[in-house]
Amino acid sequence: MATVISNERLADGVYHLRIEGNYGGEMGQFYMLRAWGAYPLLSRPLSIHQVNDNGIEFLYHVVGEGTEILAKLGSGDTLTLEGPFGTGFPQVEGRIALVGGGIGIAPLYHCASELPGCDIYLGFSREAFRTEAFRQLGAELTVDVGGLILDSVDFAQYDHVFVCGPHPMLKAAQLKAIAAETAGSTAQVYLSLENRMACGIGACLVCSVSCHDGQRKACTDGPVFLSQEVIFHG
Amino acid sequence: MVNLSTQIAGVHFKNPIVMASGTFGFGREYGKLYDLNLLGGISGKGLTLHPKAGNPGTRVYETASGMLNSVGLENPGVPAFLEKECPHWEQLDTARLVNLGGGTLEDYVIGAELIQQDADDRISRGQASAVDMIELNISCPNVKEGGIAFGVKTVAAQEVVRAVRQATKLPLAVKLSPNAEDIAVMAQMCQEEGADAVSLINTISGMKIDVRRRSSVFNNLYAGLSGPAIKPVALRMVHQVSQRVTIPVIGMGGITCATDIIEFIMAGAAVIQVGTYNFMNLRAGSTLVEELEQFMLQENIASLDEIRGII
Repeated sequence: MATVISNERLADGVYHLRIEGNYGGEMGQFYMLRAWGAYPLLSRPLSIHQVNDNGIEFLYHVVGEGTEILAKLGSGDTLTLEGPFGTGFPQVEGRIALVGGGIGIAPLYHCASELPGCDIYLGFSREAFRTEAFRQLGAELTVDVGGLILDSVDFAQYDHVFVCGPHPMLKAAQLKAIAAETAGSTAQVYLSLENRMACGIGACLVCSVSCHDGQRKACTDGPVFLSQEVIFHG
Repeated sequence: MVNLSTQIAGVHFKNPIVMASGTFGFGREYGKLYDLNLLGGISGKGLTLHPKAGNPGTRVYETASGMLNSVGLENPGVPAFLEKECPHWEQLDTARLVNLGGGTLEDYVIGAELIQQDADDRISRGQASAVDMIELNISCPNVKEGGIAFGVKTVAAQEVVRAVRQATKLPLAVKLSPNAEDIAVMAQMCQEEGADAVSLINTISGMKIDVRRRSSVFNNLYAGLSGPAIKPVALRMVHQVSQRVTIPVIGMGGITCATDIIEFIMAGAAVIQVGTYNFMNLRAGSTLVEELEQFMLQENIASLDEIRGII
């Protein structure tokens, strides 16, 4: 059992959960969280927002019954965490851009902490959140509200681009990566996928991802994939 | 001390807790979390002769006390399983069930022959067995051909069971669908065709509509319902089938605690399988083994034989 330090509402439906304890986790990995008994059935996969000696933090958007329960947690409440799971963003060097859309900014804060000097691009549809925290990391920060944050990023300026956001944004990032490569860019573009999961450890195949080399698992092979590996449907 | 062990067709189950196909992969992932040798058995991910990519689109949706899935038998195929997973399985000290699905009658037969051939080869080399039993899956609701098409009609199922029975000497369990015309008649047919056990129930065909998009959330329209929501139906069917057949019944459907297991045993099950609960509790297997022992001690049940089929 883990204990909640705080669970702050940052914007409409967006919460910042801080949990005490000793946890590990690499950039882009996730934990399965559960703060209820038998219902909802499934635990919820949340990517690591930050992990350090003080505990672990998650940023989440309320989208269903599980996250609604999480949103009601307060200081001193308990929950269970399983993890860290997944293959996250690689430890890289060079010119790095972090590009997040909406709640997709969640794993990028951990990345920004680990990769000093990277440029950060954060896009929001209606309301910005956690931008000040990113700014305090000392990084070059671009924020867009209501537009398309990808339009602000020139992939050719970077060696590595980490992208996390909603499905249409990831598809758009893949197309942008292809266009940049065609124009001579050597940027390696990584996408963090947010697929539904049941087990989170690679057994159920619910989160299967179509890739050019066959079916892969978002929970163990990902959630981070190289842009050119993934085949997007729909 | 309590006695949790059972035999089915000569296969030893050290306890009645078997992990259900489709929820446990081939055990590797859960094996990182706890000792798989604690378990009575494992039924591996449903296999078809050839690899399958599974269904596109949404594959899981939660319901009240249940879960709809439309994975569609994504699997590496029988030959890849024999090559890559059996070396791992042969190390396990638990009953190992291969869950065999198929698109056509021929696929089922060739799949069973390959598994038998592998078993024969191992014996001739003096190696340990890697597979203890075939669990014939004629009841997957999430594939368009085969699977459920065989599992609903007793006559169609009879043909598959007969053909697979002839193709393998390994102990054979047949996994039945709750969507069958008459599950007790289906079970009786399996017994008459030489099955060593029947396992039931597979998921119940269900549906979820996204009212804003005005469409089913699943590309295949329907999906398979599992979890605590289906337990009463599963228990009733296990009871009905147990009354009809003399071969062992492997019961499953929504088991999440020791008393659920006891209910199934009292309804007549020889052993039980745990499916969706693996997703609710990643250490479900070890949790349940411990809980069951504790419950039996508290209730002064020395052996499951004392209570099996008493209803």
